Amino acid sequence: MSSEKIIIRGGRIIDPASDRDEVGDLFICDGKVSSSFDEKDARIIDATGKVVCPGLVDIHVHFRDPGQTHKEDIRTGTMSAAAGGFTSVICMPNTAPTCDNAGTIQHINDSISKKAVIRVYPTGCLTRNMDGEQLAPIGSLKRAGVVAVTDDGKCVQSNDLMRQVVTYSKMFDLPVMDHCQDSSLTQGSVMHEGEWSLRLGLKGWPAAAEDIIVARNIILSELTGAHIHMQHVSSADSVELLRQAKRKGIRVSGEASPHHIALTDKYLSGYDPFFKMNPPLRSESHRLALIEGLRDGTLDCIATDHAPHREYEKDVELDQAPFGIVGLETALPVCLEVLHRSHGFSLPKVIDLMTAKPARLMNIPGGTLAEGEPADVTIFDSEKEWIPSREEFKSKSFNSPWLGITLKGRTEFTLVNGRVVYEQGTIAETER
Amino acid sequence: MKSEFEWTRRNLIGIENLSPEELTFILDTAVSFKNTFDRKVKKLPSLRGKVIANLFLEPSTRTRVAFEVAANRLSADVLTVSGSSSSIVKGETLRDTALNIQALKADMIVIRHSSAGSPHYLSQVVDIPVINAGDGAHEHPTQALLDCFTLREKIGDLRGRKVAILGDILFSRVARSNIWALRKLGAHVTVVGPSTLVPEEFISMGAEVSHNLRSALTDADAVMLLRIQHERQSQTHFPSLGEYTSLFGLNQERSSWLKPDALIMHPGPINRGVEVDSDLADSSRSVILDQVTNGIAVRMAVLYLCASANEWQKRENNQ
Repeated sequence: MSSEKIIIRGGRIIDPASDRDEVGDLFICDGKVSSSFDEKDARIIDATGKVVCPGLVDIHVHFRDPGQTHKEDIRTGTMSAAAGGFTSVICMPNTAPTCDNAGTIQHINDSISKKAVIRVYPTGCLTRNMDGEQLAPIGSLKRAGVVAVTDDGKCVQSNDLMRQVVTYSKMFDLPVMDHCQDSSLTQGSVMHEGEWSLRLGLKGWPAAAEDIIVARNIILSELTGAHIHMQHVSSADSVELLRQAKRKGIRVSGEASPHHIALTDKYLSGYDPFFKMNPPLRSESHRLALIEGLRDGTLDCIATDHAPHREYEKDVELDQAPFGIVGLETALPVCLEVLHRSHGFSLPKVIDLMTAKPARLMNIPGGTLAEGEPADVTIFDSEKEWIPSREEFKSKSFNSPWLGITLKGRTEFTLVNGRVVYEQGTIAETER
Repeated sequence: MKSEFEWTRRNLIGIENLSPEELTFILDTAVSFKNTFDRKVKKLPSLRGKVIANLFLEPSTRTRVAFEVAANRLSADVLTVSGSSSSIVKGETLRDTALNIQALKADMIVIRHSSAGSPHYLSQVVDIPVINAGDGAHEHPTQALLDCFTLREKIGDLRGRKVAILGDILFSRVARSNIWALRKLGAHVTVVGPSTLVPEEFISMGAEVSHNLRSALTDADAVMLLRIQHERQSQTHFPSLGEYTSLFGLNQERSSWLKPDALIMHPGPINRGVEVDSDLADSSRSVILDQVTNGIAVRMAVLYLCASANEWQKRENNQ
């Protein structure tokens, strides 16, 4: 099977990493993108009218494995990713136990090799048990195979500790991903602070809580030279802070999530927990600022923050519901709608933000269709309309604000290492 | 009632979504119920055989008792479930608690809950009418109804009238419901208090925002005082009750800024000597206890109207 030959025929091949955008055939041999070969013995996949691009890369997912596998596990998480066109993901360390020790990373890597249908890269914690008090053994974590360090979901509040963390991580060339949240400003907060939170009587979550930490991280990055990446940027002022920092050449970066560029706080008016996430959906001016940040490169990439929770966990009073939504299976159509169709981003630009840019930012393989590279490929129909449903989601959870909403654009095939792992609604049976 | 208006809601979740006509209709219905208060036999047969569940998951005296009295006056049976004595403390979800109450054949749920949006949520869970008796900092619709009822009773048409709401506006469901109700009835509303408790965003609800007590009270037809919930703001929103009283407490001198016959209102519970001088609370201008009595009439109206709308809808669905 490993010597399988595949020809993806007649699709629009878009590979932003090599500036390629043309209708043609993509040849895959021995798991790699190859030069043309005779079609005898090759499987032909007809991609006429479809887009053929590098497998999508998501640098921010939660697979809940180990510890909360009732919500998701590495098998279902990667199935969900494959169905959404993703071939590489970076998973967050807030598992149980947390990824603050090499043993847990080893365990996760074992699970990945047994259960994953796509590539999964683990991250390690910044601090022990993500408590924000003591440095985690980042050197051992690096040796165990983490690609970045983060206390995602819990922002290190101590500026002194954060300074040490980023200085220490720099020694191992590990990017520090930070969930920017001053928690003193968000005690008991449920949604973006503004007109809607006031109206709905819900505790507000000021954008300033993010801005203060983004500003701190910029200052610490300038001081130490460490690469600090701002996760799921949601605030207009944070975008502007990043823009200025990048102009000064400071090593900071940022991601935006599909829900923050598509939705606003007014969607909370029905108290629906499927619209509750951290950071919260903000107002229209914030949403538009994120899109402009993606346009001019201030924000480097799209990341889903795929955060599965079971329905019964979300089915409570809004202020008691957990934060987060699943995102892997809806990210592509949502980004096509918001960025490409509504805000004039070219298709290659959108694909770049979901492939080459995140991969390079985190120094992981993938994001390209260059000859000789592993054939991680996504084929999608940008015009195909479909309606996400709880039954169809490959994830164990379906806490999505897009349930029952018509989306345009759907992944048809996902290939990892030259092998079809997802094909028109179905996950391919693995050989294991 | 001469009105052609037909009431169709089986839930009362908030004032925000009511039309001015609906609001007026409830208040008019409440007037006819209040007219029965002086009768020898005070009980009406309207809801005989119905069971009304009072699901009170947050402390309450006035509202819970007023709903009980209102239900009794309408001949309904009342069962009261309070937070501390319910299975919520055993980890039962609100959904399951409500479904059990429904399975016990309650015909209606009146809910008080500390979570904003919980009545809205509950109305999607159960098939029986849901009445909001206060949800977090969101709404307290029957309080606004009884406040507007009292105002109309004392000063008539509210169009063009000036009402000041004074105190902790940020955390107050009473303030929010009253802003919606008073604006829909044509009154001007000024919310006033310390800047930490009266954010500018209240402008978006149609209220004026002020931190100047004198200008807010001047020529007001009524002032609604709100209790300062010092236990909730834990010293961060203002330094002390003493400083609050010295800056924003209503006393004799400050009450002279109001119109001479202006009403002093309070949803209770009062903290005497904090938000209001004790003497003022007991003065002839105070209508605080009238508000409590009127709370029975408006709650009778709400229970009656929502129960009736539900019956009609059930009948239509069966046809």
